[in-house]
Amino acid sequence: MNIDPIHQFEVQRYADLLRVSGVSFSFTNASAFMIGIVGAIFLFLTFATRGRTLVPGRMQSVAEMSYEFIAKMVRDSAGNEGMVFFPLVFSLFMFVFVANVIGLVPYTFTITAHIIVTAALALLVIGTVVIYGFWRHGTHFLHLFVPSGVPSFLLPFVVLIEVVSFLSRPISLSLRLFANMLAGHIALKVFAFFVVGLSSAGIAGMFGATLPFFMIVALTALELLVAVLQAYVFAVLTSIYLNDAVHPGH
Amino acid sequence: MTKTWKLTVAAALMGLALAAAPAVASDSAKPSSGPAGAVVAQQDHGASTGAHVAEVVGEAAHGGEHKGGFPPFNPATFGSQLAWLAVSFGVLYFLMSRVTLPRIGRILEERHDRIARDLAEASQRRAESEAAQIAYEKALTEARGKANAIAGEARNRLNAETETNRKSLEAALTVKLEEAEARISTTKTNALSHVRGIAVDTAQTIVNTLVGTTPAQQDTESAVDQVLSRKAA
Repeated sequence: MNIDPIHQFEVQRYADLLRVSGVSFSFTNASAFMIGIVGAIFLFLTFATRGRTLVPGRMQSVAEMSYEFIAKMVRDSAGNEGMVFFPLVFSLFMFVFVANVIGLVPYTFTITAHIIVTAALALLVIGTVVIYGFWRHGTHFLHLFVPSGVPSFLLPFVVLIEVVSFLSRPISLSLRLFANMLAGHIALKVFAFFVVGLSSAGIAGMFGATLPFFMIVALTALELLVAVLQAYVFAVLTSIYLNDAVHPGH
Repeated sequence: MTKTWKLTVAAALMGLALAAAPAVASDSAKPSSGPAGAVVAQQDHGASTGAHVAEVVGEAAHGGEHKGGFPPFNPATFGSQLAWLAVSFGVLYFLMSRVTLPRIGRILEERHDRIARDLAEASQRRAESEAAQIAYEKALTEARGKANAIAGEARNRLNAETETNRKSLEAALTVKLEEAEARISTTKTNALSHVRGIAVDTAQTIVNTLVGTTPAQQDTESAVDQVLSRKAA
């Protein structure tokens, strides 16, 4: 048994595929989980809607609810014009949600507990905002940083603050998800080690181990909440940021 | 549709750009023999022996000691993660935007349409039933009006007939009355004309009985006339 709480985050290479200038694009457990998550999402949603029934069954209801949930979220945040981003937000939500929840299963790998993954997703969102914003509105997109109705002597400071806040978005977006996932999994593992360590110390230790054991149960419930909540937060913030790309004026 | 394509392409480009960035970064980090350098050495070792199937990236020895540091911050794994993330998320985006979301959207739309159609049909039926109700009430009112009209007409006709009958009857009666009156008056006149004769005769007879002589016709008549005229006065 590996009693290292960090061990669960290790990327393990399964197959070496390609190496470009010293960086390996090998197939790892992270890759396997990414592919598995995509497959699970697609297969579930396809299987759930196989009947296309007028009155939905349980699984079709889940598929429809997730669709309507994200659709409403995007429409509320970014309006009807923002619905071009509906597939993106839906994919992001489902990807993060399934990654977070699958990561709670023991012996699995949590891809969202890697800063590079969350950063890439956050940069994808902000990149989409910037590219779509300039493509759609041209330089008018820069009005995002110039709120109307601000006194002219305050304007440079306000613009500076707006720019900094815009630049901090990908950082906060990626760090929030990463830190939540990482901390939760480490906490779970630490309490698990308490159980193992205490119960190896005899009968009294076994009794003592019940306390951290129940802590694991409670923490697992909390982590499930966090997993769902962080996926939701990620999707909501994505919709709000995308609103800036659609409606740059304040 | 073209919009989603453009977005897909943009997402793919984004992923590639992200995948390329750390490659450059770790490239520059290599000569400084940091964690990335260790990784490369270890990777070479793994490739040459081929002994480990599941090998820890960025870790020299399996079992606790992390030469690559804290795994989420180990840049040696970034390239692979980003590449696979770009591939898997690109595939997910493509599948969702092309297959799954239109599929669910169609189901919801069909249901929405069906509900809207059913509601429209229901409201149409209700309108029809309301129209039928109105038509029924109208027909009822009309029938009632017609019945009233017929009854009124019949009453009027009967009234008129009765009136006519009454009038003709009254006329006939008036004629008869007048005839009768005329007859009475002629009878009365006749009777009255006889009164003088009778009075004269009676007076002559009475005088004859009382006196024994019959007065002259002329005197009697004048006396009777005198009395009669006094009485009449």
